[in-house]
Amino acid sequence: MGNTREIWVFVEQEEGEIAPVSLELLAKARDLAGELEGRVCALLLGQGIADLAPKTIYYGADKVFLAEDAQLAVYRTLPYAEVVISLVTEHQPYILLFGATPIGRDLAPRIASAVRAGLTADCTDLRIGGYERRGEKYEDLLYQIRPAFGGNLVATIVNPEMHPQMATVREGVMKMGKPDRERQGQVERVEASFNGRHSSLEVLKREIRLPSVDLKGASVIVAGGMGIGSREGFDLIRELAHVLGGEVAGSRAAVDAGFISAEHQVGQTGVTVRPRLYIACGISGAVQHRAGMDQSSKIIAINTDPHAPIFEIAHYKIVGDYRKVIPEMIAAYRGDRTPGESA
Amino acid sequence: MPYHSVVLVKQVPDTANITGKAMKEDGTVNRAALPAIFNPEDLNALEMALQVKGEHGGEVTVLTMGPPRAADVLRDALYRGADRVILLTDRRTAGSDTLATSYALACAVERIARDYGDFDLVFCGRQAIDGDTAQVGPQVAEKLGVPQITYAEAIQDLRDGSLVAQRALPLGTETVRCMLPCLLTVVNSANRPRPPSVRRMMAYKLAATPLEYGELLKRWPEFETEEALDGYLAERGQQITVWSATDVGAELDRVGLSGSPTKVLKVDFVTLAADGTREIDASQEGLAAMVKELARDYIL
Repeated sequence: MGNTREIWVFVEQEEGEIAPVSLELLAKARDLAGELEGRVCALLLGQGIADLAPKTIYYGADKVFLAEDAQLAVYRTLPYAEVVISLVTEHQPYILLFGATPIGRDLAPRIASAVRAGLTADCTDLRIGGYERRGEKYEDLLYQIRPAFGGNLVATIVNPEMHPQMATVREGVMKMGKPDRERQGQVERVEASFNGRHSSLEVLKREIRLPSVDLKGASVIVAGGMGIGSREGFDLIRELAHVLGGEVAGSRAAVDAGFISAEHQVGQTGVTVRPRLYIACGISGAVQHRAGMDQSSKIIAINTDPHAPIFEIAHYKIVGDYRKVIPEMIAAYRGDRTPGESA
Repeated sequence: MPYHSVVLVKQVPDTANITGKAMKEDGTVNRAALPAIFNPEDLNALEMALQVKGEHGGEVTVLTMGPPRAADVLRDALYRGADRVILLTDRRTAGSDTLATSYALACAVERIARDYGDFDLVFCGRQAIDGDTAQVGPQVAEKLGVPQITYAEAIQDLRDGSLVAQRALPLGTETVRCMLPCLLTVVNSANRPRPPSVRRMMAYKLAATPLEYGELLKRWPEFETEEALDGYLAERGQQITVWSATDVGAELDRVGLSGSPTKVLKVDFVTLAADGTREIDASQEGLAAMVKELARDYIL
C-alpha cells in the first residue's frame, strides 16, 4: 500500500487551456516528491489535448497519463470519474490532488467514494509529516491543512491508512513554478473504456462569462471596505490601483453595500489572493476577509480605527483617512513632491 | 407524472453569524455557544424539491443524520411542506467524515426506496457551512450509482424520465440533460426558500421523535407511559421516524470513526498576526519613506 510513492495531479483543462491551479499543484507535487523521494504524475484527460502533455512536464510532471476520447471532450462527471478510478485502482498512487475548482470539487468526491479514500476539501497548505494513533506510528503522511468552521479554525487532516491521500487545493495559494523546457518526462497513453452509464448526462449548452477582473493573477491589489463609505469613494481606490498597475478588490461588506461588484470580492466567499502587495483601505479585517488575503507577501492597512483587526496581519500599519493617505502614496510613487488635491 | 424526491439536510452551527457571545476570551470561537440552524443551502434544496412536487405532484421525503436534537430541522421541514421526515441517529456514526457520512446516508436513502418507493430525485445543498466541503452530495450519488448535477440552480424541464437543469458556475452557466434518477446539489441562488407555513406548524405542532418522549412526558403528565404517548402521536401522524445505523443496513465498520479514513491531527485557532507590524506615520514623509522602501524591496 502506497509503496510506489507517486504523487498524482489531476490536470484540469478546458478547451485546451490548463487551469492555473493545476500548474500550481504540479509545483507543489514536485516539492512533496522531493521530500518523499517519489515522482509526480499528471492526469490529462480530454480530446485533442496531447500537445498539453509537454507543458505538464515543464511544470513538474515526471510522467503523464494521457487519455483522449470523444467522450472526454467536455468535462462530465461520470466519464472522467471512470477513467481516473480505473487508473487509481491499477496504480495505487500515494497522493492524488485536484484543484478546488467546480470541476475538481465535482470529480474528487466521486472518486474518493468509489475507491474509499479519504478526501480533504479546499486545502490551503500541504506538508509531509508523521502521525501517531493508538500506538501506531505513521511516517511521511500528507498533512492536509484547511480552514474550517467558517475560517475560524485551521485543521490539519491526515489519511493514515486508506490511500490514496486525496485533497482538493484552493486556487491561488500554491506558488506556480517556472516552466523548465529542458525537463524530460514520459507520456503514457491510456485507453479510455466506458461502461455505458456515461451517457446518462449530456451537456447541452455552456455560457462562459469571462471575468473582467483578474484578482488571482494580480501582483498588486488595492482593496476597499465599508470604510470607503460610497461607490464614489472607490474612484480613489481605482486610481491607486491604476498607478501601481494593480487590480481593485472589495471586502464582502463593500460588495454587499453596492460600492463595488461581486467579482471583485476577496475573502472566504469571494476569491483567495496572494499578491505581492495587498493594500487594504477602510477594511476592518473580519476573519472571513483575512482568510482570502492573509497569504499576501506584504500587506499595507489603512484605517482610521487604530484597533482594527486588519492591523494584526498588516506589515505596514497606517492609522489615517484613506482620502489623505492615498493621494500621498500616489504622489510619492510618482516622485511628485507636491501631492494632488485630496478628494 | 409524480416524482418522489428525497432531500438530504443537515443541522449546523451558525458559523456565518458569529457574535460576541460565541467568542472566548482568547478571541477564538466557542462552538457550543453557536445556535444550531438548518444548513442554508439545504433549504434551497428543499425548496427545489417542493417546487417539483408543486408542479408535478409526488412526495418529498426529508432525511437528516445527526444527534437527536437534529429533529428540529425535520420539524422545520414539515412546517415548510415535507411529506415525510426521517432522523438517522446513532452514536456509532459519531465522528464520521464525509466518506462515512455519505455511506450511512446512502444506506438510509436505499431504505427509503424500499419502504416508501423508489426515488426519482435526490436533492442536497451544495455544501454545509460548518465544513464547506461540498463532498457529501457527490459521494452519496456515487454510492447510489446515480449521476450527479452539482451547483444546480434551476430545473428547466422534467419529463419522460429525464431533466434539463442549469448549473451555476463561477465563470458562467452550463445546461445539462440528465436521466433519472439523479442527485442534485443546489446553490443558494436557485430560489428563495418558502417560510414555514402557520397552518402546517399547527398541524405538526406535536411532531416528535421517540427519543424526545421522555421530555414530552414531563410536559404532558396526562400520558403515563411512552407507549401511551406513542399511540397518541402515531394516530395523528406526528411521529418522526428514527433509524439507527443497523436499521438502514449499514456495516458498522464503515461508519463513525472506524469508517472514516481522514483523521484530524490538530486544530489551530486562527490568530492571524504579521511577523512584525510597523506603524507608518500618515504624513507625507512617513508615506514617502514607506513607498521608497517598498520600491527598494521590489514590492512596488
